Amino acid sequence: MEIKINRETCTGCGLCKKVCLYNAIEIVNSKVVINENCVFCGACVEACKFNSIEIAGLLSEDKKDFSDYGGVCVYLEANGSVISDVGFELISKGRELADRLGAELSAVAVGNSIKDGVVEGFRYGLDKLYLIDNPVFSNNLDDIFAIALAQVIKRYKPEIFLAGATAFGRTLIPAVAAILKTGLTADCTGLDIDNERKILLQTRPTFGGNILATIVTRNARPQMATVRPHVMEKKIISEIPADYENKIEYIKINDSDFKTKYKLVSVDRELDEKINITDYDVVVSGGRGLGGSDKFSMLKELADLLGGVVGASRAAVDSGWISYPHQVGQTGKTVNPRIYIACGISGAIQHLAGMQTSDIIIAINKDPDAPIFKVANYGIVGDLIEIIPELIKRIKGAKSTA
Amino acid sequence: MIRIKIVVCIKQVPATTEIKIDPKTNTLIREGIENIINPFDSYAIEEAVRIKERLGDPDTEVIAITMGPHQAMEILREAISAGVDRAILLSDRAFAGADTWATATTLAGAINKIGDCSLVILGKQTLDGDTGQVGPELAQKMGIPFVGYVSSVLEINKNNMKVKRLMEDRYETFEVSLPSAISVIKDINVPRVPSLRGKMKAKSAEIPVWDSEILGLNKNEVGLSGSYTQVVKIFTPRIKHDTMIIEGTTDEKVEHLYRILKESHVV
Repeated sequence: MEIKINRETCTGCGLCKKVCLYNAIEIVNSKVVINENCVFCGACVEACKFNSIEIAGLLSEDKKDFSDYGGVCVYLEANGSVISDVGFELISKGRELADRLGAELSAVAVGNSIKDGVVEGFRYGLDKLYLIDNPVFSNNLDDIFAIALAQVIKRYKPEIFLAGATAFGRTLIPAVAAILKTGLTADCTGLDIDNERKILLQTRPTFGGNILATIVTRNARPQMATVRPHVMEKKIISEIPADYENKIEYIKINDSDFKTKYKLVSVDRELDEKINITDYDVVVSGGRGLGGSDKFSMLKELADLLGGVVGASRAAVDSGWISYPHQVGQTGKTVNPRIYIACGISGAIQHLAGMQTSDIIIAINKDPDAPIFKVANYGIVGDLIEIIPELIKRIKGAKSTA
Repeated sequence: MIRIKIVVCIKQVPATTEIKIDPKTNTLIREGIENIINPFDSYAIEEAVRIKERLGDPDTEVIAITMGPHQAMEILREAISAGVDRAILLSDRAFAGADTWATATTLAGAINKIGDCSLVILGKQTLDGDTGQVGPELAQKMGIPFVGYVSSVLEINKNNMKVKRLMEDRYETFEVSLPSAISVIKDINVPRVPSLRGKMKAKSAEIPVWDSEILGLNKNEVGLSGSYTQVVKIFTPRIKHDTMIIEGTTDEKVEHLYRILKESHVV
């Protein structure tokens, strides 16, 4: 593995040096020299106009035989008896990938009394459901869930395994990958099949969304990826088939294999405040331009009218106007709602990283040059203190006359 | 008084939060980006130091480790100035290009070599890689429990601890035995400003460098060779959108907004 510069074609133009985030490129005698800071991220390879940079040894051929692996498998995450939507979104995506491979699409679900919820997966195109339904799995505990998933994967050997990048999934799935000794790509926004090699191409944002990287899993199976909620679209394609029972494989477990090291002491649900901001179709976010914590009640009223939730920029959270679970952006949460309304948010790049994939972005800001207007579909240059209350009135008026 | 060893895993990252968009060309300005300590790792360091203070035994040791090139030494000195007792740099050309798995292998190798660690603390994710996978992979590899997104260490003693983690819509409180690993979120504390004494200590601190040989790791297990995943293509996302600026009086603007919301079926 090394990074090679073609000294014949390199002009020393420095384009690569400009894009390098790691100070790994120097220009010596009009030629590029790569130093020890290089992490092989490949940004320079893309930037070079003369194709002078090559990362050699990239994609060494898989030496192992993976012919006993087949099919796509999706993890259907349950919280109590509620099934996370992201599981159904991934079944829809998984259907597409399985069809491309001419392979079977399965799902695995682990929990207690979850059958009614998970059979919904058949509407999205499941061929097979592996179900572990047992009181041992009443609470989502990383260690025993990891063992259960790893057992199913080892037994049925899917070539691709997809899971939601929920708070639970983001700690559980790496543990599963570590048990299986295979690769895992986090927070993919694009999944595709390489037609020639029939492998999974996993595309994800990195550097806070500044760069997209396509990643492959080599020398190990399954190819594992997590995907954030709302990134893929769920599509109902059929009714639950009449013979669905034949498509369920009830996995019997040996209780003694599942001794958890965790003791769940308590669960606090903040009922007075909606903090699961990734779960809503509408997010109304406030930033520094709001001017104070009291203004958030106005945003909350609007969010409630729209069936949505309140988000915030880092500036608003750091000012103590609203609690951290509401923070959108690189150091907070990533949201992909249908509508994102940014109120008094200038749109620093780390905020954009957390919301720019929203379907419709509406920005309200006094400053016409605010970067938020670059990603917004609709922009209003104006005072939100005037506009939001009027909008609330307008919505309420329409509701009362309706 | 309780004496334990706490290891904090930190990383030097490009300060992507400083990246700006060139308003003329609409491209990213990456030049002159500084290297900083991963912001989430500052909370990990602070929490380790607070736990040491809480346990009240001066022999409790907080050790910071990082994997990276020699310039990563800077953040280890920063960690010492913030109260860490000693630091170790894991550096080897063979470590470059590591994915989360190969990174976990290297860090676990170092933690095992340090020996007798009760608690491993990490930031919830890094600014550059953004995966949050190293913690749970590391813990699984070491066979110890992992709790992610910790917002509070409620209790800790020699054999176990009670921690609270933030999930999408709730907080969960767990008791786990030690040794364990946790990743922390920014809610957990406010990192202190390094003292002058800390800065002096950091300046003169001896920081050993461990390579793959010292860690007893085969070169095939680390870096890109030890990685199961590999980047095959890098590209810059298009910052798209034709923004429609809504003009008019406040009433007209509000009416237009209302129409957009209505067309989207949310009112």
